[in-house]
Amino acid sequence: MTSALRGIDPSRYVVHVGFLLIFALFAVVLKDDGFLTSTNLLNIAQQTAPVTVMAVGMVFVFTAGEIDLSIGSVVAISALIAATVMREYAWPLAVVAGLGTGIGIGLLNGALVAYARLPSFLVTLATMGLLAGVARWLTNLQSVPITQNLFNNLFGAGRLAGIPSLVFWTVAVVGIGHFIHRETRFGAHVHATGDNARAARAIGIRIEQVRLAVLVISATTAALAGLLYAGRLHGARYTLGETDLLTVIAAVIVGGTHLNGGIGTVTGALIGSLLMGMLNNGLILMGLSVSEQMMVRGLIILAAVALTLREPNR
Amino acid sequence: MTTPVLALEGVRKEFGGVVAIERIDLELHAGEIVALVGDNGAGKSTLVKIIAGIHPPTSGRIMMDGSPISFPNPRAAQEHGIQVVYQDLALADQQPVYMNMFLGSELVTGPFRRLNRKRMIAETETLVRELDVRIPSAKATIRELSGGQRQGVAIARATHRARKLVLMDEPTAALGVAETMRVEAIIRSLKERALAILLISHSLDQVFRLADRICVLRHGVQIGVKRSSETSSNEIVAMITGLA
Ligand SMILES: Nc1ncnc2c1ncn2[C@@H]1O[C@H](COP(=O)(O)OP(=O)(O)O)[C@@H](O)[C@H]1O
Ligand SMILES: [Mg+2]
Repeated sequence: MTSALRGIDPSRYVVHVGFLLIFALFAVVLKDDGFLTSTNLLNIAQQTAPVTVMAVGMVFVFTAGEIDLSIGSVVAISALIAATVMREYAWPLAVVAGLGTGIGIGLLNGALVAYARLPSFLVTLATMGLLAGVARWLTNLQSVPITQNLFNNLFGAGRLAGIPSLVFWTVAVVGIGHFIHRETRFGAHVHATGDNARAARAIGIRIEQVRLAVLVISATTAALAGLLYAGRLHGARYTLGETDLLTVIAAVIVGGTHLNGGIGTVTGALIGSLLMGMLNNGLILMGLSVSEQMMVRGLIILAAVALTLREPNR
Repeated sequence: MTTPVLALEGVRKEFGGVVAIERIDLELHAGEIVALVGDNGAGKSTLVKIIAGIHPPTSGRIMMDGSPISFPNPRAAQEHGIQVVYQDLALADQQPVYMNMFLGSELVTGPFRRLNRKRMIAETETLVRELDVRIPSAKATIRELSGGQRQGVAIARATHRARKLVLMDEPTAALGVAETMRVEAIIRSLKERALAILLISHSLDQVFRLADRICVLRHGVQIGVKRSSETSSNEIVAMITGLA
């Protein structure tokens, strides 16, 4: 009995409990404001789609003991490139261009971290700034509208395989991400690299390839998030994704993934992301001002992080 | 005379101009335990890391089964049947025992090459039972284990994978008496499996209990190699310290 319980780490379930508590709170308090309506809940799920998709990528990066600060800029630049390509060409080419941009940036970040052995914090801080500049310069601060409706439906407000597109993408990325992270050899190598890189290398794991791969995964999810924003808003603008970095990091950490590497879960990040979206939604419905929302959200994240990451023997 | 499993010929190692190993010539044979002794900083761990493919030698050759070979990385050394038990334990602390046991060569199943946790757990349990390593469960994380249990896991992993040569860098330094005896029994069983063993130890008693030959290093210089049956503790101490 006790040995069975010892294997359960209570800090791993903080996010689940917190999610349920806040959900119940909002359900009661905001009963008359339409929080619990299916329209509103679907709305939350759709609005959090880009953050959830990026959170999945970030779980890989954190588990490997790295960080990717450039995702917000990748969102903007991929969306802008996809939208620009769609002015002249069919949408599939634009999707390839948008995702290709993400993969290319991920390869750049990854090569600098894995092979030039620069810290990911500094590399992605630099590419974040660089790409934000490129995104502004590329379109001269103008937005680029997208008029190809099939694209807007597939990546935005339409339906895919019978379910709302944004929900489809969320489920697909979370499902695939969870499988790779938890059930494959590559996932095990990501864990080992973040846990003890020297040990992983000594046992023959190619830690450089792991580091490269997680940064490519992260940039690719950011590029997909860019397409999702572009599809929902029928266009792209350099401001897309600007404020997402902190939300993504909060979702991932609240979801039980450790910033220091070695431990992480994709499903936790999904719940963390939904929690962030629900907070956003609920606090707006409560009629809090923007500044009040920011303060309350900050406090809740702080509490969740404190509960999740509290280390008894430090 | 049989061909040695591994032979070092004039191996030298410098770290940015600092000489860690002056020159080593040493042969390791199947079914033989060679002890490597010397004071702290003598270059013992560095030699292990050269053989394991972590550091390239500055000069000299490594021969395996009679032909020259070089290990550009640890994977290459492992592919040639070499395993290491490192002094600073090479385990991933936050992962379970069974994942550490199979790290880098995880078992998979099915068309999606899913991790076969069940089989890895079962095989880990068999392995630790065979070697009498007492851990609470194959699913326990390394962090929950004692120093002796961790060392047991590291040794079980190395012995499970080694086909030719096991390098052990102070495998019993952190262990109690009973655990040390158990590890020594494991080392003897490796010898019976016709593996070659290079053992680094600070305990001369242990060295004389286990080793067939003893190689002494001092400040990166190979002072000499003696058969254990033809030398004494006093002679080895004199060689280690340089005080006659
Ligand atoms: N990676 C390294 N870089 C620079 N110097 C090193 C490195 N590894 C070992 N040394 C040096 O090489 C010498 C031998 O060290 P080591 O092989 O660890 O000795 P031992 O294991 O015999 O105690 C020491 O002077 C040590 O400082
Ligand atoms: Mg040493």
